[in-house]
Amino acid sequence: MFPELNNLLNTTPDRAEQGKLTLLCDAKTDGSFLVHHFLSFYLKANCKVCFVALIQSFSHYNIVGQKLGVNLTMARERGQLVFLEGLKSAVDVFFQAQEKPHPLQFLREASAGNLKPLFEFVRDALKPVDSGAAGWTYPVLLVDDLSVLLSLGLGAVAVLDFIHYCRATVCWELKGNVVVLVHDSGDVEDEENDILLNGLSHQSHLILRAEGLATGFCRDVHGQLRILWRRPSQSTSQRDQSLTYQYKIQDRSVSFFAKGMSPAVL
Amino acid sequence: MATVATCGGDAVGVGSAVATASKSNVTSFQRRGPRVSGTNDSGPRLVSITGTRPSVRNGQLLVSTGLPALDQLLGGGLAVGTVLLIEEDKYNIYSSLLFKYFLAEGIVNGHTLLVASANEDPANILQELPAPLLDNCKKEFDEDVYNHKTPESNIKMKIAWRYQLLPKMEQIRPVSSSRFGHYYDASKRIPQELIEASKWHGFFLPEKISPTLKVEPCSLTHGYIKLLQFIQNIIYEEGFDGSNPQKKQKNILRIGIQNLGSPLWGDDICCTENGDSGHNLTKFLYVLRGLLRTSLSACIITMPTHLIQNKAFIAHVTNLSDTVVGLESFIGSERETNPLYKDYHGLIHIRQIPRLNNLVCDESDVKDLGFKLKRKLFTIEWVQDNYLRQERNIYPPGFSYLLKQKDSAWGEGSLQHSTFLMSFLAKATAFASRLVRHSEPLKQTGSGRIRQAAGPRLWHDGRRQEAPGLLGIPP
Repeated sequence: MFPELNNLLNTTPDRAEQGKLTLLCDAKTDGSFLVHHFLSFYLKANCKVCFVALIQSFSHYNIVGQKLGVNLTMARERGQLVFLEGLKSAVDVFFQAQEKPHPLQFLREASAGNLKPLFEFVRDALKPVDSGAAGWTYPVLLVDDLSVLLSLGLGAVAVLDFIHYCRATVCWELKGNVVVLVHDSGDVEDEENDILLNGLSHQSHLILRAEGLATGFCRDVHGQLRILWRRPSQSTSQRDQSLTYQYKIQDRSVSFFAKGMSPAVL
Repeated sequence: MATVATCGGDAVGVGSAVATASKSNVTSFQRRGPRVSGTNDSGPRLVSITGTRPSVRNGQLLVSTGLPALDQLLGGGLAVGTVLLIEEDKYNIYSSLLFKYFLAEGIVNGHTLLVASANEDPANILQELPAPLLDNCKKEFDEDVYNHKTPESNIKMKIAWRYQLLPKMEQIRPVSSSRFGHYYDASKRIPQELIEASKWHGFFLPEKISPTLKVEPCSLTHGYIKLLQFIQNIIYEEGFDGSNPQKKQKNILRIGIQNLGSPLWGDDICCTENGDSGHNLTKFLYVLRGLLRTSLSACIITMPTHLIQNKAFIAHVTNLSDTVVGLESFIGSERETNPLYKDYHGLIHIRQIPRLNNLVCDESDVKDLGFKLKRKLFTIEWVQDNYLRQERNIYPPGFSYLLKQKDSAWGEGSLQHSTFLMSFLAKATAFASRLVRHSEPLKQTGSGRIRQAAGPRLWHDGRRQEAPGLLGIPP
């Protein structure tokens, strides 16, 4: 959790909004620091988190999480965090035939599959336990990242269906939040990715877009973050609010500043 | 000593850092060890394997790629458990050289090798590896360096002084006691006894699949499935993933896959525009990375991306790999005759460096890198912009402040930066010079009816006109 980003988004772990879909998107840079932020944010907010980590291993998130002040191992042991490690599960599902459908079953199929097993995994992970003794505030689904699903052969429509089901269950039924990361291919023509990105942009309440600087690499300003608040359910009579900041990633935090006001320039 | 997260079923990766933010009252002691999440009882002992060293940034275990210059650019080396993807140059000359350096480094360090190829027998590939430069060649190496030292490197720069502050990429002399990163002589073959002493496994695709076999459609191309099964077999049987308690493997497995994606592997991504409709290659990379993350291995893959027409696919492959390096050789291209590149054989682009266990990564500041293959060495240097270094006085006074600006968001030292700046300034001065009056306005000596200044009456659009000069006072 980066305190400066919390200030920009005007949230704290205690009073975060519920029932929202947040879209994280990165173009020409690496936006994974946003995923680490939201993971530690929701763990500190005492939510039940289901993390579908398709691109890196558990130890990576754990070590970065320790720098940000959360312990993923402990969270997993006490049941607060349900972690699906994509890389490890892919090896399991690929080399051995599974009896019951595995969340990543589509890897074994020759033709384009669907994400129903993955949705069922998420639903089982986040449904409230009947005893209710755990006392988590609300469930959160975090996916890192959806573009991997596209490159593994699923269609954009299948991924959009999956997100739709997840939103219906997590956001509307369970009053939780969903946070997803999608890569923006930029000037490269990637139709499926554009369909996915546009579709999600229309559904989401908050869009955080990390872009590389248009002028190239800079040592002191790693990129630019655009924050867009949206109200997809209401009409567009009220204009969406948008802010832009530049950022620099440090070892344990990320510092944000207004455009052109980097401490290195001033 | 603190033992954190090694007890319990799922170890977090033995090299975990005990941060000060953790609740237990321990010091911020960073343990360095291999990043293997499968080993659960190797304990907090410091694991030292030949040919590896921990990264200074995050304690990640690194192996050398065989090129010390490339190791420097990648932040110390290639992390164990990751994939290095090399985008081949057009004629596959230098990428196969990098491939061989990687394997030769494995032999010199005593690592186990796994070589997979569809067009060349792995035994032949191993025969062609370059010979390592050992200590008795140190003297010849020093002579080479002094012969090539350029005389202009010590001139103090006046206008482009910022470029003097950037560090020169020094060539590191081979130290006899270093066990990380060796130098190789590309003109000699590796001694036969070194090959025989090493342990290697070969995967030659035509031997492993027979063309007459009827293959039922499944999720991956048959060749890829066989390769994945082969790799998984070796990892499991030789204990690289730590699952076998009897076989405590303390060695690294170096996997080399040549020309992945070429039609010889049965993949059509390089042949057709919308190839890879089955997403074979991306699924293969995903499962391969899953295998690597849970074992003590590092993999190099060369891929002929210049043949792939679907650029979105290359973006997918880049996202699914860890480190991506692109090679661009000048052979046959127009850049061969460009005087800027006369010392170099090609450009090397570091397209992606992974952020492992960390929010930041060690990205090099220098983005324009060229390589050259001298007699014995493969060196990588910053392609310096000669226009600025020669300090021609092309900048009119008053514009040089643009160069002296403190850190701007422009790509520093890049060719695009300086060529844009030059062309912009050239246009700006040319335009400005036309606006400046070239002569003094005349004093009014006459009646005031002279309505033009004694200067060029030629305006920028070529028409000769009577310009309303300073003396245009109506009578």
